[in-house]
Amino acid sequence: MRAAPVDDFEPPGRRLGRAGLVIAQVLVVTLFAFLAARLWYLQVPMWDHYREMAMANHHQQLIVPATRGQILDATGRPLVNNRTELVVSGDYHELMGMKDNGRKVLSDLSEVLDVSPEKLQQRMRLCGPEVSRPCWPGSPYQPVTLADDVEPSVALQIMERAGDFPGISAQAHAVRSYPQGGHAAQLVGYLQPITQEELEAREDLRTQFTGIDQVGRDGVEASYDAQLRGDAGKRVLGVNNHGEVMEVISETPPEPGMHLVTHIDLGVQKLAEKALAEGMAKARPRYKADSGAAVVLDVRTGGVVAMASLPTYDPAIWRGGIDQETFDEMLSEEAGEPLLSRAVQGTYPPGSTFKVSSLAAAAENGYSLRSTYACPGSVNLAGQNYQNYAGQGHGPISLHKAIVVSCNTVFYNLGYQMWKKDGGLYPEGEPEEAMANMARGFGFGSPTGIDLPYETSGRIPDREWKRTFWQETRENNCHRGEHGYPEVAKTDPSRAAYLKLLAYEQCVEGFQWRANEAVNFSIGQGDVLVTPLQLANAYAAVANGGTLHEPRIGRALVSADGSKVKEIEPVVRDRLPVSDKTLEYLQKALTEVPKKGTAAGAFAGFPQDKVSVAGKTGSADVRGRQVSSWFASYAPADDPQFAIAVLVSQGGTGGMTAAPIAREIYEGIYGFESPGQAEGEGGSGPAEPLLPGGEPPEDLPAIRPDGSIDVLDR
Amino acid sequence: MTTHLGAPRTRRAEFGRNAAGLARRLDWTLIVSVAALCAIGTLLVWSATVPGDGSDPLDSTEHLRRHLFHLVVGWTLCLAVASVDHRTIRAYAPIAYLVTVVLLALVLTPLGETINGSRGWIVIGGFQFQPSELAKVGLVLMLATLLGEPRDGEARPMTRDVLFCLVALAVPLALVMSQPDLGTTLVLGAIFLGMLTLSGAPVVWVAGMLVCGAVGAFCVWFFDVLKPYQVARIATLMNPTADPQGTGYNSNQALIAVGSGGFNGTGLFQGEQTHGQFVPEQHTDFIFTVAGEELGFVGAVLVIGLFGLILWRLLRTAQGCEKPYPRLLCVGAASWFGFQALINIGMCLGVVPVTGLPLPFVSYGGTAVVASMLALGLVLGVRSRDRGFV
Repeated sequence: MRAAPVDDFEPPGRRLGRAGLVIAQVLVVTLFAFLAARLWYLQVPMWDHYREMAMANHHQQLIVPATRGQILDATGRPLVNNRTELVVSGDYHELMGMKDNGRKVLSDLSEVLDVSPEKLQQRMRLCGPEVSRPCWPGSPYQPVTLADDVEPSVALQIMERAGDFPGISAQAHAVRSYPQGGHAAQLVGYLQPITQEELEAREDLRTQFTGIDQVGRDGVEASYDAQLRGDAGKRVLGVNNHGEVMEVISETPPEPGMHLVTHIDLGVQKLAEKALAEGMAKARPRYKADSGAAVVLDVRTGGVVAMASLPTYDPAIWRGGIDQETFDEMLSEEAGEPLLSRAVQGTYPPGSTFKVSSLAAAAENGYSLRSTYACPGSVNLAGQNYQNYAGQGHGPISLHKAIVVSCNTVFYNLGYQMWKKDGGLYPEGEPEEAMANMARGFGFGSPTGIDLPYETSGRIPDREWKRTFWQETRENNCHRGEHGYPEVAKTDPSRAAYLKLLAYEQCVEGFQWRANEAVNFSIGQGDVLVTPLQLANAYAAVANGGTLHEPRIGRALVSADGSKVKEIEPVVRDRLPVSDKTLEYLQKALTEVPKKGTAAGAFAGFPQDKVSVAGKTGSADVRGRQVSSWFASYAPADDPQFAIAVLVSQGGTGGMTAAPIAREIYEGIYGFESPGQAEGEGGSGPAEPLLPGGEPPEDLPAIRPDGSIDVLDR
Repeated sequence: MTTHLGAPRTRRAEFGRNAAGLARRLDWTLIVSVAALCAIGTLLVWSATVPGDGSDPLDSTEHLRRHLFHLVVGWTLCLAVASVDHRTIRAYAPIAYLVTVVLLALVLTPLGETINGSRGWIVIGGFQFQPSELAKVGLVLMLATLLGEPRDGEARPMTRDVLFCLVALAVPLALVMSQPDLGTTLVLGAIFLGMLTLSGAPVVWVAGMLVCGAVGAFCVWFFDVLKPYQVARIATLMNPTADPQGTGYNSNQALIAVGSGGFNGTGLFQGEQTHGQFVPEQHTDFIFTVAGEELGFVGAVLVIGLFGLILWRLLRTAQGCEKPYPRLLCVGAASWFGFQALINIGMCLGVVPVTGLPLPFVSYGGTAVVASMLALGLVLGVRSRDRGFV
């Protein structure tokens, strides 16, 4: 090709065109070079970034929840297991990909399921900031639940007419089942949809949470949630822009949760609940007997053999998600707060059962176990009169007898003297607080450390507590002390005046630990509060020679195929700060109570020669309420195996209501004939012992590789 | 060399005699470049239309076969146009222009069909085409005639010619805007500005038009002439990650597809983004993302390079022209292809707002292929006859 001839006489227009063409070529080169540079930037330095984004685009991670482990009693009988339920679900992307967003399919389905089509469409929506329930909280790559627990015939119809229901399927899902009904309900707890706070607090949940699964909210379901839950599987799906699954890229199968084998013996648990319920019924109508608890501990390990709390409820209410109204009712006082476990969350003044601590405090602080102590019908201490039970005196008696006959005045004196020794109202230097410190040594005033959530501490009051309490309430008290109670004065001027005086006193000297408080403390009254579990645990420590355990419900965790077993070892929390001599003295005293003392009536006819029961009754007063009935005990006295604490709130005296309940539990454990049976009211001949020889099963129930569980033969 | 043409000797005798000479005088660099682009484009169209469920590409060749048919028709017309003397064509330029304007007007009649929100199609029987693509050819021819042959014996276009040109632009522009088709509107404007600038028209007019263009763009932006989605697309360009599932979606997905290709690409038919259908309109407007993902930097930069080569050839041909008319034909084609390639690739690389424009010679689309090939034919014809040294 030849170059174009250059002509000086070319028209100027052409020249302009020429120059423009050169500029245009430069422009083209520049712009295209810029595009190439941009391309380089995107594809070479930014490659990793965009490859990751492409991966996120194309890969959808699906969490496959693991089957939750079962909760078993010591012999392998299920307290909570899983059952399959037929669930009808929809494929979100398939339905939304239809021209009418699946409206037709859902309306056909609504006829089969007998649910309104609007409801199905609502359930099909994905939950979001602007979409609230009913909606789907899970991933759109999971089957969206449209109806749960459907009849097999309905599920079959849907499966058979698959052509009529594109994108709809019926599958079997594992859901929690409660084969024991209301038995041990508070102990096993329940599951609830996970909250945002729980999600933020627990990393193990965050990484494998599907948006629909639930978390243990109470009971061992909560405390062993991580182990019961197992490890969710992961399935990475390759999807296209319309959400259609193109391939499975990788898959990690879920690791099913471990089974929790507990120390609970279902037989003893049921018996404890039955005995408690019957005992409470017997106390009525004279007493309200509104609630109660019975705790059976193995004193050798701290294992919880039974833990009953009444009123109880049927865990079937959790099926398919509880509505707010039912849930609120379960927590209400009118319904008796059945979700609350009285054994670990209920606090009551322990009454005379607390005297074991007071006796130990005296014995360890210079009061001789060989001396005698006056037990008058009443005593006058710091200007106030204190009565014995029913005003009855016993003359000078030993501390042993003071326990057996439950003499209050002996302990009043001891409490008063120790209070005075500490300086009374005006202590000099650090007061010893012997009584309170001994009570803490028995485990009162702090959680026992049982493997259950929401355990309460109870309360052991002393000078320091009083001062703190005073500081907290001072502002209000001082205000009331000055301005009185005008709203009360309108209707009851004398009461208002009394309240004003009280507030004024509290304001001025409310920090003082007064004599009457120390006196009441000595017999487990006043501001002392304990839980039935704390009391059972303290008596277990007395029984086993001074070892204070952390009670345990869980005995072992066993993998779903039985291959891995993780024993939950007993945990020793502390030793009682009591010498062996004192402990022996206490044990002897307690052993006589059911024979000659306050529980002798309740244990009349009990074969004490076979199994000797040691224990202490308690009848605790709370202002404005009826007396609460306690019995704390252990057996056999010579070789202790079990400690049992029974409480019936507003249930009368300990000997009248609580002790017979404990007796019935002992009879069941050891297979003794109960008085009722002897009279021919039920049963025939001596019953089979629930725990032969008082021994819990030595072995764990066998879990076979196929997942079946061999219940131990007892 | 005649075999290259494949023109039947039974055609007009004159054509036969000229064929050998024509083949010699054709710009083979340009032809090979365009053919290479067409080949790459064919593979990309094929890949983009294979479903991503792992099915054999050989089972989904419907788009491929139609695309090949378009190319055959396009190349045939191209060579036919190239073989005709451009002076002959110039005589029919006003008629060609009028035909395209009439077709554009027909779009607004019941014959028109709305596809993707734009009433830009005419459907007759099973045959459908986009008059706006043909309007580009018509406008190039008309402007080249008006600007390349000034009235009153002037050596270069004067004000009067420029005004005629403005009218010639205004009619199709108005019709295209009413479809509405922002992309083609911009291309028509670019063709006009390119040809006017390089026509030797009074500098005042050139500068004026450029200013008008800028002011027009500003007004369009400022006085809400653009549809909300168009405003959003421009806003998206400023910050593509602001709303990844909304208006920025296309742009963002295009970037992911291109970026994830890396230096070597994932291989033809292997692009996860392409086959997951994450990028919309992937066989037409966003075809370059397929090149980016599956052919990587190597393949995509080759596409850019080929466009550079084509434009260089077009502008070189223009430089070689003695007469303004053929020169302006080349300039018109260069403005068209250059603008469209820059905007299209720029959009796939996230540097230009998303605008519906096909990538010349690469994208799927019958009318677009035929129209570009016609324009190519015009340029080839110019080179073979008007170089002043034939």
